[in-house]
Amino acid sequence: MGRLSVDLCGIRLDNPVIPASGCFGYGKEFAALYDIDILGTFSFKGTTLRPRFGNPTPRIAETPAGMLNAVGLQNPGVERVIAEELPAMRAFFHKPVMANVSGFSVEEYVETCRLLDREAQVGWLEVNISCPNVHGGGMSFGTDPAAAAEVTKAVKAVTQKPVIVKLSPNVTDITQIARACEAAGADGVSLINTLLGMRIDLKTKKPLLANVTGGLSGPAVFPVALRMVWQVCRAVQIPVVGMGGIATAEDVLEMMAAGATAVEVGAANLTDPFACKKIIEALPAAMDRYGIKTLSELKKG
Amino acid sequence: MQDCVFTVLSNEALTDTVYRLLLSGPCGEITAPGQFVNVSLPGFFLRRPISVCDCEGDTLTLVYKTVGRGTEAMARLAPEERLQILTGLGNGYDLTAAGDAPLLIGGGVGVPPLYLLAKRLIAAGRRPSVILGFNTAAEVFYENEFRALGVALAVATVDGSYGVKGFVTDALPKECSYFYACGPLPMLKAVCKTPFPGEVSLEERMGCGFGACMGCSIETKNGAKRVCKDGPVFKKEALLWED
Repeated sequence: MGRLSVDLCGIRLDNPVIPASGCFGYGKEFAALYDIDILGTFSFKGTTLRPRFGNPTPRIAETPAGMLNAVGLQNPGVERVIAEELPAMRAFFHKPVMANVSGFSVEEYVETCRLLDREAQVGWLEVNISCPNVHGGGMSFGTDPAAAAEVTKAVKAVTQKPVIVKLSPNVTDITQIARACEAAGADGVSLINTLLGMRIDLKTKKPLLANVTGGLSGPAVFPVALRMVWQVCRAVQIPVVGMGGIATAEDVLEMMAAGATAVEVGAANLTDPFACKKIIEALPAAMDRYGIKTLSELKKG
Repeated sequence: MQDCVFTVLSNEALTDTVYRLLLSGPCGEITAPGQFVNVSLPGFFLRRPISVCDCEGDTLTLVYKTVGRGTEAMARLAPEERLQILTGLGNGYDLTAAGDAPLLIGGGVGVPPLYLLAKRLIAAGRRPSVILGFNTAAEVFYENEFRALGVALAVATVDGSYGVKGFVTDALPKECSYFYACGPLPMLKAVCKTPFPGEVSLEERMGCGFGACMGCSIETKNGAKRVCKDGPVFKKEALLWED
């Protein structure tokens, strides 16, 4: 085990840094810039059973120290992801990848996971029950403990791969949802998805996003994410993947000191395509500064 | 695509709201006119996508309009300040389609990328004509720069305070082998309704600017396309205009 390596649901990661779904596409654009095999893994673009164009534009708005997005799960659908994106990915990424799955019914989650379960490249299924930008699906499963448990249980029944349930922060008590997922058989949880927000263009007096609301990400949300990761780590026994506004090696260390097993990096990839590379390279020196010998030891502490 | 540091050489107002920023830095990744760069500004989370107006050696020219707090901060940049910029973004205009009588049509802040395009077409032995459209005389910029290239130039203003009265479509020549357009959406739609073949550069709010976030996707006849990565230039026949 290297200094940076961690175990995530039985699969070893060379380091805990995982680009978050929706901020890394299928890896292609980043692989053109640097060797993305240096990553722990990455979570590819949220995949649904059927192709989706997503929401109308504008889908993006700036905020203080962050951004809102309302992309709305644009993706080519699981069949084309399996037929086109996964084979293409083999040319530039040689580790197990995390498949991010979303749906609008329990049956859709199940079918998408069943298809991805057959793919040897996929290491983990990250089941997104927390997308704030689609209606009648996504987040509605993640804001009710019974619905979250139902999706988790149904998906677990059709896959041998570890299932990590991605949680919404837009709830009164995130630990309640996390416990429900754990009890339903989740192998891990990841949090937080984006915080629901909006902005108004004062020139038009209308919402800036065509979808009216969007998900807030970026450094602005880091303290909220850290607090929720801390709470969930004390509520469940399964591994927790921490995310929300991580932009530096120090942020990674804070998340892991709060109890996270690994971390995902989202919006930082969009403003600096080299963000994850820089974070991984900065980790050893940051660990030296704070007297941390190994990351697995930090988590135990 | 390359992320590199540029140094401000000058930053001057061309009109009340349009500025010309000259920067020094590596321009090797800028391979086609119509591409853009994404400028990181201190204190702002997202970068600002700005089209390339000119690029010679290691000097990059950006002509931009102040439309919000980010571009207003850009307008305050002073010589010697340094900026992190992602360069060589987007596909750019297709020079091979130009034919014998290419026409460049720019409206307002859509004018800048046509300047490098005009230079490159001339260098390729073409004789482009140029139509620039503005709201009013006080908003006209880059007329002299285009004239200095020796191109046939028409300027139109909506209120008739300068040049031809009306829209760019009121100043169209009889002959056009292919048009290249950049400007506001109503102008682009009007230009695409002409019988001429051509291509247009689109604008969208962007997240990353390099194809990762799907923030700027549009539906086209060829499926969903990212304005930042698959565009910003699209062939007229690929676009689905909604009226």
